[in-house]
Amino acid sequence: MSDITIKVQGLGKQYRIGKRQRYNTLRDRIAALATAPFRRLHTAAAERDGQLFWALKDVSFEVNQGEVLGIIGRNGAGKSTLLKILSRITDPTEGVVEIDGRVGSLLEVGTGFHPELTGRENIYLNGAILGMHRGEIQRKFDEIVAFSEVEKFLDTPVKHFSSGMYMRLAFAVAAHLEPEILVVDEVLAVGDAAFQKKCMGKMGDVASHGRTVLFVSHNMNAIEKLCGHVLMLSRGRIQRMGTDIRGIIREFLGGDAEAQDTGRWDNPGDLYVNPWFKPNHMSFRDEAGNFVLMPAANDKPFHLRIEGEVQTLDPDLEVGIAVFAEDGELLFRSFQNDEVQERWPRLRKGRNVLQVKMPARLLNEGTYRVELMVARRNDKWIFCPGREGPPVYLTILGRLSDSPLWIGARPGLLAPVLNWQEIA
Amino acid sequence: MFALTSSPTASTSRRPKIILRAKTGWQPVDIRELWEFRELLLILALRDIKVRYKQTVLGVAWAIIQPFFTMVVFTILFAGLGRLPTDGVRPEVFYYCGMLPWQLFATSMASAGISLLNSQNLITKTYFPRLFIPMASVVTGLIDFAIAFTVLLALMLWFRVAFHPQIVFLPVFVALGFFAAMAVGLWLSALSVEYRDVRYVIPFLTQFWMFATPIIYPSSIVKSEWKKMLLGLNPMSGVVEGFRWCMIGTPMSSREVVVSAVTIFLTLIGGAFYFRRMEKTFADLV
Repeated sequence: MSDITIKVQGLGKQYRIGKRQRYNTLRDRIAALATAPFRRLHTAAAERDGQLFWALKDVSFEVNQGEVLGIIGRNGAGKSTLLKILSRITDPTEGVVEIDGRVGSLLEVGTGFHPELTGRENIYLNGAILGMHRGEIQRKFDEIVAFSEVEKFLDTPVKHFSSGMYMRLAFAVAAHLEPEILVVDEVLAVGDAAFQKKCMGKMGDVASHGRTVLFVSHNMNAIEKLCGHVLMLSRGRIQRMGTDIRGIIREFLGGDAEAQDTGRWDNPGDLYVNPWFKPNHMSFRDEAGNFVLMPAANDKPFHLRIEGEVQTLDPDLEVGIAVFAEDGELLFRSFQNDEVQERWPRLRKGRNVLQVKMPARLLNEGTYRVELMVARRNDKWIFCPGREGPPVYLTILGRLSDSPLWIGARPGLLAPVLNWQEIA
Repeated sequence: MFALTSSPTASTSRRPKIILRAKTGWQPVDIRELWEFRELLLILALRDIKVRYKQTVLGVAWAIIQPFFTMVVFTILFAGLGRLPTDGVRPEVFYYCGMLPWQLFATSMASAGISLLNSQNLITKTYFPRLFIPMASVVTGLIDFAIAFTVLLALMLWFRVAFHPQIVFLPVFVALGFFAAMAVGLWLSALSVEYRDVRYVIPFLTQFWMFATPIIYPSSIVKSEWKKMLLGLNPMSGVVEGFRWCMIGTPMSSREVVVSAVTIFLTLIGGAFYFRRMEKTFADLV
């Protein structure tokens, strides 16, 4: 079991930021020819100006056969770049990777699915793209179909599928891949809860059959359930690695300790800049507008104040919060326009101060991460929940109820005090 | 991905290590890997064919309509009004016979040229030999060619054009046309990732190239053997001439064909190397 399957040494990947590299045209190239004598200078200048950046740098680790390695990190930490290198999609800039066995990678569900082709045709197409042989697909065809639950629509072009059916079919094909090493990006975040559970089960199966799995996820529950080792990336480098899954997850979710203690967050100035909404400050206040000290008693409502600048006024701009438990599980989301339209706070261009009241005695004792979400409705996330937006931390301790009998924390994510009556 | 096993049954045995590191310089084509993935080539080509004619009324008939009506127009314009010579063969058959290998080349090359741009999703999310993307386009062109070929047979029977024994060499010239399309397609596709200009160059290139190829005129109008060899530098002139020689027995200069064949293989080898050299940047640039 201690066979090393993947050995990564000093891995680095450099990208160049800037438009010229991406969409080169002949005109640019001719211009470049003219400036060729200065090019060496140019590269040095690019590096200095930060146009070259390392998406991964000095990454070294080993994975043994049969291990399930979870890879966590914020957006832009280099997780996807690492998976792309291991899947041979892109070459490293420096360093060496040695892989012992065939690698099956699943970076996206349904890669190569063609909307005009039927479900059946897409199973063969997608299977072949993922590296399965025709015989292999034929052998597993019935199993794939059964897993996907789309038997009736096998001969319908997938463009007529609902997105759920599409995802199920796509995952079903991928789940029946049988390489020695499986590389999986955030793909479990598809489908309904029941299907997600099924996918998790399948992933667990894969791991228990002695295959090596590398697994990227923002879902800490999934990481904790599936993985024996965790690697935490930060800005392209390995920050933590080991078997202390809970510890590493806690560190990852903890963010900086100061924010956790004070229950407030301030933008140092240039963070979270975007063309729509730039957050400047978040804090918990009491009824009178004073800062709430953490840990806070649970008998008064918490008013979360959000200050920020609307850069572009757009009727579809939405500001909200997502509340996560300590282990990363989402408790709920709330948006500024959840109530009847008359009660929506008005956003205006420039500085805005919003306040949202969270009821007392809803949450249990513990620390909660309240994350800012910003979106354009029906279009795109500006801060997608799950580590994109700035967080504030709410720590609740004590005064869970007025009853003399309910003193300490109870099991459960929530601890509402409900009204009991005798009817007869 | 599954590149290093030669058969699925070998999947439990020990396999050689894959070493990934920065690649520099020229890479040869990995024939073993291509062979390993061969099913994918076929499946990609089949996908292109199935998709191409879905939701069209005339379907596969489109493969015939294009060369057929071009032939009709040529017959009226060049043979009828222009009185250009056609080596003593019915102009209908002469033109159609020239259009066939040309269409094989032109459509395959054009779709291969933009194939990488149209497969961004595949390139950035999965690994398989990238060569298959332009190759699949060329294979697709070959199938269109086969369909259009039946019309040539019908035309020859209709106009009572005799078949010649040299028809046995036909596969050689079809293969040359196929490789010519592949050669130019490889260059264009590898260039297109970095230079988006390729998209605009292709229609332009196809048009000019067609007039430079002996389709509406026989190369027998060039008398000097030396000039014919010069004509052979256009790989398609040898292919078209040879194809017509096989089918309808028009004269062919073997030196011209040899020059064309050499040009095709040099372009193909160069294209393959250039493609492999650029391949490593595809996922980052496309």
